[in-house]
Amino acid sequence: MRTVRKIGSLALGAAVSCVFFGQTACAGEEPVILRVCSWEEYIDLGEWDEEETITLDNGAVIFGGRPLYEEFEDWYRETYGREVRVEYSCFGTNEDLYNQLNMGDTYDLVCPSEYMIMKLMAEDRLLPYSDGFYDTQDPNNFYINNVSPFIQETLESNEIGGESWSEYAAGYMWGITGVLYNPALVTQEEASTWEIFGNPKFNRQVTLKDNVRDSYFAALGILKAGELTDEAFVHSQDYHEKLADVMNDVSPETIRQAQELLNQLMDNVYSLETDSGKADMITGKIVANYQWSGDAVYAMDQADEDGFELKFAVPEESTNLWFDGWVMLKDGIDEDAGRQHAAEAFVNFLSRTDNAVRNMYYIGYTSSIAGSESDDTIYEYLNWCYGAGDEDEELMDYPVGYFFSGDNSDEDYLVRTTRSQMGRQLYSQYPPEDVMDRTAVMRYFDAEANSAINQMWINVRCFDIYDVPTGVWMALLAGLLALIWMGYRKSKRR
Amino acid sequence: MDKFRFQRSQLCIPYGLFLVCFVLAPLIVIIYYAFTDGEGQFTLGNLMGFFSSPNTIGTLAYSLGIAVATTCSCLVLAYPIAYILARSSMKHRSVVLMVFVMPMWINFTLRITALKEILTIIEGNLAYHPFMNTLIGMTYDFLPFMILPIYTTLLKLDGSLLEAAADLGADTVQIFLKVTLPLSVPGIISGIVMVFLPSMTNYVVLDMLYNSTYIMGSLIGAYFSAYDWHNGSMIALVLLVIILVFTLFTNRYADEDAGSSRGGVLGR
Repeated sequence: MRTVRKIGSLALGAAVSCVFFGQTACAGEEPVILRVCSWEEYIDLGEWDEEETITLDNGAVIFGGRPLYEEFEDWYRETYGREVRVEYSCFGTNEDLYNQLNMGDTYDLVCPSEYMIMKLMAEDRLLPYSDGFYDTQDPNNFYINNVSPFIQETLESNEIGGESWSEYAAGYMWGITGVLYNPALVTQEEASTWEIFGNPKFNRQVTLKDNVRDSYFAALGILKAGELTDEAFVHSQDYHEKLADVMNDVSPETIRQAQELLNQLMDNVYSLETDSGKADMITGKIVANYQWSGDAVYAMDQADEDGFELKFAVPEESTNLWFDGWVMLKDGIDEDAGRQHAAEAFVNFLSRTDNAVRNMYYIGYTSSIAGSESDDTIYEYLNWCYGAGDEDEELMDYPVGYFFSGDNSDEDYLVRTTRSQMGRQLYSQYPPEDVMDRTAVMRYFDAEANSAINQMWINVRCFDIYDVPTGVWMALLAGLLALIWMGYRKSKRR
Repeated sequence: MDKFRFQRSQLCIPYGLFLVCFVLAPLIVIIYYAFTDGEGQFTLGNLMGFFSSPNTIGTLAYSLGIAVATTCSCLVLAYPIAYILARSSMKHRSVVLMVFVMPMWINFTLRITALKEILTIIEGNLAYHPFMNTLIGMTYDFLPFMILPIYTTLLKLDGSLLEAAADLGADTVQIFLKVTLPLSVPGIISGIVMVFLPSMTNYVVLDMLYNSTYIMGSLIGAYFSAYDWHNGSMIALVLLVIILVFTLFTNRYADEDAGSSRGGVLGR
């Protein structure tokens, strides 16, 4: 009887929740509901102070009033005459997002990193963008009209199963990895190699990243340093293909060597970190750290405010070009044309140059959006940030044409800046072309290699029981014997 | 009467539902994942893996090491404080007790961050002594949980017992060893339970104090973020069993020693 009652109440609960969900489903028919999931702190949330307003030389006035996803709802209504409601949520890591998707969370539009996009593509979970999305004649197609030729080319040249990424992913933010260092204590030369993490001169004063992909990349950079910096290799015809292969080497032998190397590095680094490295650089606990370019900019800004200098160096061996992109999920869109339209419009809205500037200003990373010949807002924003005129310092022209027009000798895209910007913020946000030349995209590893690498990482991180000194074993044994003896005496007394 | 009982049992339904949803169901899911492989087939491989892998054994040893060391240092620090406070006739002893407990009112992250800075000033570079730093951090974090139960037990201690012991010729040391200490065992036990168990899995302290070695909690996390829910669940399950055995053991010990006076376990 009792069980029956319990089951009854469960059924009642289930019925109630069905009614509840049924209702939301009904309500969903009027405004399109767009479920967006992105990184935390990865979109401008508005609420800027008045004095934060950015006024650019081309007349553009940029101000963040409300969160961009809210402003999108208004823009969509005004532009297409349809209602949309954005349900915006966040994820912590690519792996978290993947686990969430597997547990049944449904999203329409998500913004993972390149390797997770590859994984989702390989698993056939992504929906390609429609042809309309790539129509350059439509003035509301901000993405295809404004995306950097460099980013678009990278997306097009990377394929999974014969399909290029550009069909499935729209670039959002991008960057490289490198070494943030304190120039007072570390020379540029020392910082321009992955070997700095094994350099005994900085014993316990450098940090690596607390994730397997970044650390594995650094380990490969050290293991393959000889090959990577070889003149013949660098100047070979198919340098980029070969570089990508080397930096994606997941053969068992390489993984084994990487484990050995990482074990050594662990004895030399201060710690593994995800976020604390920036603060530790600023407080001087460490002198160099493995850093993503965007976070490096943030740390340099902070240090500038505190009155000292940090710099960013990109290792000579190779650097990791990463990006996050918007992809549509088949599960979420579910062949709903209205929803897909809203999803594509959302990407376009974020790709409008003023919104890209707002995001860059808020997030600190570099947007994939470059603008177009008729809209130089992004380039003007660069001048606004880094341009210099009549300072006493020596000035230089910093070419960023590779990003804006695809041609680095393009004289329309030179930032007139101080020479000291080399190795600083501008250098990190838009690295020079010779640095971009040695970037490699780290692909998704297949299931077997992935589990081998994860296992390798766990091996590195776990406590090695053979490290326990004999004295500790003896003490433990003595303690155990004492316990047994005490128990014995006690039972005898009774 | 019958009707009244019927109504009262209905009050249990929310709790029953709570137990089913948040205790029983997750446990079943953990057990399911622990004993299946990637294809959903039943397997004992994860269990075998746990006991044959140097990683899990090493991590278990390291976690136990931290937990035992934390518990010991907490006990050594807490007992004298609790004893002095409980025995003193100080007018404001509750204020003094409050001072010891006060850190608990301040946000945990903030406390450990502050501790990190202080340790950096003292040691210069934290990376050379990760185990010691973790031990200090954990002790700092869990000390109030050891002081409170011991203090409560000692406070309730019947003073006439001590007087009787003194009348019968025991000196101060003997009184402490033969009367006070045995009678405070329930408080010690509940303090140990409250410090030992969380310090085995609390990896936030390690993270924040730059100790990069995995303990049980972080190892489970590592398996989960590598999409290996099966091995992760098995580790969680083994940990659960260890904790269960430990709890049973301590409870039994407490019962034996203190009979019915288990005030320390509840009264904190």
